[in-house]
Amino acid sequence: MSSETKQILTTDGIPLEISLKKAERKNKIKAFLLVAPLLLFLIITYIFPIGEMFTRSIDDKMITNMLPKTFKSMETWDGKELPPEEVFASFLSDFKILVDKKEHGKLAQRLNKEKNGFNTITKKLFRQVKRNKIDETQSIKEQIMKVHKRWRNVEYWQAIKRTAPPYTSAKYLKAMDMYLNEDNKITQVSEDRRIHRILWLRTVEVAFFVTVFCFLMGYPIAHLLATLPMKYSNLLMICVLLPFWTSLLVRTASWMILLQQQGVVNDFFVMIGLVADDNRPEMMYNKVGTYVAMTQILLPFMVLPLYSVMKTISPSLMRAGKSLGGTPFVAFWKVYFPLTIPGIGAGCLLVFILAIGYYITPALVGGASGTLISNQIAYHMKTTLDWSFASAMGLMLLGGVLVIYWLYNKLVGVDNIKLG
Amino acid sequence: MALPKYTETRYRIWHYFYIAICTFVFIFLIAPLFVIFPLSFNAEEFLVFSEGMKNLDPDAFSLRWYKDMVYGTKNPWGLAAKNSFIIAIFATLGSVILGTVAALGLSSRHMPFKGIIMATLISPMIVPLIISGVAIFFFMAKAGLAATHTGIVLAHIILGTPFVVITVTATLSGFDHSVTRAAASLGSNPVNTFMKVTLPLILPGVISGGLFAFVTSFDEVVVVLFLAGLENTTIPIQMWTGLREQLSPTILAVATCLIVLSTLILISAELLRRRSERLRGINR
Repeated sequence: MSSETKQILTTDGIPLEISLKKAERKNKIKAFLLVAPLLLFLIITYIFPIGEMFTRSIDDKMITNMLPKTFKSMETWDGKELPPEEVFASFLSDFKILVDKKEHGKLAQRLNKEKNGFNTITKKLFRQVKRNKIDETQSIKEQIMKVHKRWRNVEYWQAIKRTAPPYTSAKYLKAMDMYLNEDNKITQVSEDRRIHRILWLRTVEVAFFVTVFCFLMGYPIAHLLATLPMKYSNLLMICVLLPFWTSLLVRTASWMILLQQQGVVNDFFVMIGLVADDNRPEMMYNKVGTYVAMTQILLPFMVLPLYSVMKTISPSLMRAGKSLGGTPFVAFWKVYFPLTIPGIGAGCLLVFILAIGYYITPALVGGASGTLISNQIAYHMKTTLDWSFASAMGLMLLGGVLVIYWLYNKLVGVDNIKLG
Repeated sequence: MALPKYTETRYRIWHYFYIAICTFVFIFLIAPLFVIFPLSFNAEEFLVFSEGMKNLDPDAFSLRWYKDMVYGTKNPWGLAAKNSFIIAIFATLGSVILGTVAALGLSSRHMPFKGIIMATLISPMIVPLIISGVAIFFFMAKAGLAATHTGIVLAHIILGTPFVVITVTATLSGFDHSVTRAAASLGSNPVNTFMKVTLPLILPGVISGGLFAFVTSFDEVVVVLFLAGLENTTIPIQMWTGLREQLSPTILAVATCLIVLSTLILISAELLRRRSERLRGINR
């Protein structure tokens, strides 16, 4: 063929290539316009707010805006000895504005978080300012230092300087039971106050064991469901699907009834003589309750993906394995099991991710040892109203979930996930 | 599952062991739901089987907790049920419309950036609920929609659409696109084609996605706890407070009603699934 081959033209004289491209682009725009409403809706109401959680979690602008002159004059202060007169003067003028706006309480609160003891001395200073006791013609440094001995302590001024940047990692450190000390070094909080690390570990532990239990219980029944004739398996499938469709709270309520001390499970143990009637074990408000209830609640999420994968495995493969001399165990382990790995992966991923963000069931049946990191997030959202701390913990949890998801994608491939 | 006669004893034992495990797991899955039924008819206030109930004495059973559920003043179950249904119905409608339209676009082979867009659309399903709750709360608080029905409906649309998107795209994957081309060649416009040809064929997928969205909204408690005020209380919120404070038999009466409801939903979902499997079989 020569290079002078005529371009193929459509009937209206436009080269076919261009015409096709045009049609293609039109189709692309059409498809995108169909997705656009939902995409836009989610981006505005969901994706942006998650981003906002991030800015909120590192945001420390409040104090930066409260003490603008102080921080400006502190820039030249080396922070080793008491700051010069200039810093005291600008601090006082910032403070007066705050008193006028009645925001000095907020400042005291914020500074007290940085270093204990600020509450008292800010109040004292406030009283002096209110009574106009401070004479601006005299040395302000001397007068403030007289208000309370802590104002003479350089550590308190260093603490103020530390709050200068508009962003802070304090919330993330706090979630790991750490903080920035006087020398800007990451330090651990004292041993008796390390509560968050316990919660993180417990969350991972509960999610891990629940996943293991779900796998151990889900694999046999998924296998049974996939190998039984349709007639029976459809009937048994109800046992999996009915809990799946039933309200989470209903199932939690039934476990609370079953596991209580006078409950059916304890009755049964007494009946078969496993425990004495006057010595019924506590099965609720501890980890046992959390594990039992969460396993039952999340089990369908393990069984359904396993079942849908096992359903596609031809029984003749096992027969072939056996006829080639494998014992049933060998045939199962070498032929059947590897084929079910996508299902195992999907089920475990689903259960683990659901379990790690769990909140309702542990809060109801877990008692004090059942609080997980999600409960802590909810507590700070609703009770202490420390939203930035809740956001920080939430994002750390989300980061963990995304890492798991990424690992799973590397190992098994997300496309292998099937939902029933 | 009869075993062939030549099975060795150890495999025979193993087989019975396997059946025993499966039986145990099935009981573990389903039994908790059945404990609630008899106890909700208890004549007494305690949440244990009384002697009378064990002996099937008719006096030990009563409908008093059901009466309390309907007429009782302590727990506003009536208001909660009304709110739950209103919210769930609107959330389902919203999810189904947005989700189906998006699924149509997603299953077009011309769709650009399919992977990342799909990931965004189903992200509310992957992100742990507590985080979704916090994020949605921030948005609703800013938009002035906290403690309103509209806010809760919007939140549930966010949580419900991924299910619709997934089920409808799955249905569309087995969809024969030549029928829409046939309709177009016969002079039908795209909207008409969708209504008369595509929608009837993908309807089972749309409805089962809708059922998922309905149940998600009807059961949802984590996000609602952040958003709801006293006026917007829903059944899950009432159950949550009830279970936290004290377990009263009225809650069991409500739970029984919910189990009946979920049985109905299960039956319709199963019928739909079979129908769509049959339809897909014809299309092949």
